[in-house]
Amino acid sequence: MIRFLLKGILRDKQRSLLPVVIVIIGVFLTVALFCWLNGVLNDSIELNARFNAGHVKIMTAAYAKNVDQLPNDLALTGVDTLLIRLKKEFPEMTWAERIHFGGLIDAPDNKGETRAQGPAMGFGIDLLSGDRSETERFNLEKSLRRGRLPLHHGEILMSDDFSRKLKVNPGDTVTLIGSTMNGSMTMYNYTVCGTIVFGTGPMDQGSVIADLEDIRNALDMNNAAGEIVGYLADNYYDEKKIGQFVTRFAGLYPASKDEYAPVVVTLRQQNSLGQMIDQIKGLGGFAVFIFVLSMSLVLWNAGLLGGLRRYPEFGLRLAIGEDYSHIYSSMLYESVLIGIIGSIIGTSIGLLASLYMQHHGLDLSSMMKNATILMPTVFHTRITPTAFYIGFIPGLFSTVIGTALSGIGIYKRKTAQLFKELEA
Amino acid sequence: MRKLVFPFLLMCISINAQNPSAKEIIEKVDKNMSADSRVFTSKMIIHNPRNTRTVESKSWSIGEKKSYTEYLSPAREQGTKMLKLEDQLWIFSPSTDRIIQISGHMLRQSVMGSDLSYEDMMEDPHLLNHYSGKVDGEEKIAERNCWVISLTANTPEVAYQVQKVWVDKDRFIPLKKELYAKSGLLLKKLELSDVLQIQGRWFPKKMLFKDVLKEGDGTEFDIQDIEFNVKIPDYIFSKASLKK
Repeated sequence: MIRFLLKGILRDKQRSLLPVVIVIIGVFLTVALFCWLNGVLNDSIELNARFNAGHVKIMTAAYAKNVDQLPNDLALTGVDTLLIRLKKEFPEMTWAERIHFGGLIDAPDNKGETRAQGPAMGFGIDLLSGDRSETERFNLEKSLRRGRLPLHHGEILMSDDFSRKLKVNPGDTVTLIGSTMNGSMTMYNYTVCGTIVFGTGPMDQGSVIADLEDIRNALDMNNAAGEIVGYLADNYYDEKKIGQFVTRFAGLYPASKDEYAPVVVTLRQQNSLGQMIDQIKGLGGFAVFIFVLSMSLVLWNAGLLGGLRRYPEFGLRLAIGEDYSHIYSSMLYESVLIGIIGSIIGTSIGLLASLYMQHHGLDLSSMMKNATILMPTVFHTRITPTAFYIGFIPGLFSTVIGTALSGIGIYKRKTAQLFKELEA
Repeated sequence: MRKLVFPFLLMCISINAQNPSAKEIIEKVDKNMSADSRVFTSKMIIHNPRNTRTVESKSWSIGEKKSYTEYLSPAREQGTKMLKLEDQLWIFSPSTDRIIQISGHMLRQSVMGSDLSYEDMMEDPHLLNHYSGKVDGEEKIAERNCWVISLTANTPEVAYQVQKVWVDKDRFIPLKKELYAKSGLLLKKLELSDVLQIQGRWFPKKMLFKDVLKEGDGTEFDIQDIEFNVKIPDYIFSKASLKK
């Protein structure tokens, strides 16, 4: 019977085209929206992970308590030994030392006097060891607006807006005024080698980036780092894997009263990111639920309309002796086939469109110029396993339920009146 | 009746003679602690929670307005110079060959991570010029009898609006100080010891500063040698001398 129904669907375009098109559109929109929300969530998480939070962050207990103040006097020391152990015990993760610091950038005039000065948020990251991981995480090559990336010690990158505010160009010397790990005031000269645009408001307003060793020299932090950030190998934040890591880390470094002992903080536990993730997931889930529900209603309605549109056909079939239940079951089978065909096509189109957007993204930077929170400006979709079946909920089930409800009317038809109906 | 009044007045005068007023005490403290000019070398031993560092410096000052300090060690700080004129401070860093000016609240930041602020380190204020006081009582500090005096600032510019000072009754040297903000919040504690007679005045060679808002065991400020009322050339207090 299925083969018969399938032939009917394929050959009788008048009967099948409209329902299939409606299912395709509904399923496509469901899959695309789902992947979009997933992508926005993932982009926000990854942006925070790359620039700041890592998937996990190792700090001293005291640093973790006051992390908002960037307290480098409480930084990790003996970092080389700690890193060797982390790399040995957790080979599935990649690690990077960082110093996050605040200070003033002072631009001198030709007499060496202060010409312009502004507060800066700085990062000391590995730029010169030959390992390009941090350069890629900070997306420095694509972010470069003027000049070049640091090639030598003593060079610094400035956010483009900040450099223009201080009227500083690549090649100029600026002085970092900050505080050493011991709390002394420190001054350190850098040559600006390039300017960058991150595409995120807070980072673009006053950031500087220099090689980790240069910042160590400036802040008197020999073999010390404020933070060691860790990333899962596939760069995708997986809460289950992170949970397993935390348990193993706690085994290696049990809770201690030493406030300078290393502690681990997950991405979820930083900067209210856990709350943000839950809220976005909740809102995203709710939006998808509402959308799936509304698409279900549309497709249900389409199923109902399809049943009603074919009212005379069912009367004729009853009149020539076809059984009620046979007509009803054939309707259901037919709607299952339409649902499957529409869902497969709709899901495929939705996935293809999402795949394109996953690679190319949608640049909304012009709409987010004044953003003050760390949010991505180029949004990508993200295809997850759920995206492969979520479209079948409205596409298949709603179509079938709609058809099943409309088909109940068949049983109310009276054979004696069928010919009168047909004559009419 | 007349026979009773005279001894009573005599008693009052004698009590007054034994108990000098707060102003008189502060005047005597200022005579010991402050000078028209002074030159001293000092060793600052900073007890941070994670380490102890020693910073040596030489300072020149004239009154309350002009002060100049050059750091002698450790190597990282050697050659750093600070010039303070009124409420402006210039710092020269030899590694950058730059002079940076700081002012305002920055002057209340810690010097070299110690418990002293730039103002603590570089100012030599006459207490009487900035505070009015009252004697709260008497206490013993390090087995010495002291007056306990509360000082309240007359001007809003001073860093510590209220001070509680324990002054040695015999030598008129503060042996202990508590420094408060206007809100009444205790900011710093100071213990002064090793009181020696130098150029006819008593002076404490050791001071232990403790910033109570900061972790650590405080900063010892040891005066290695000090000269009062010496002639200091004017060029010392110029920006040009910072780069010399």
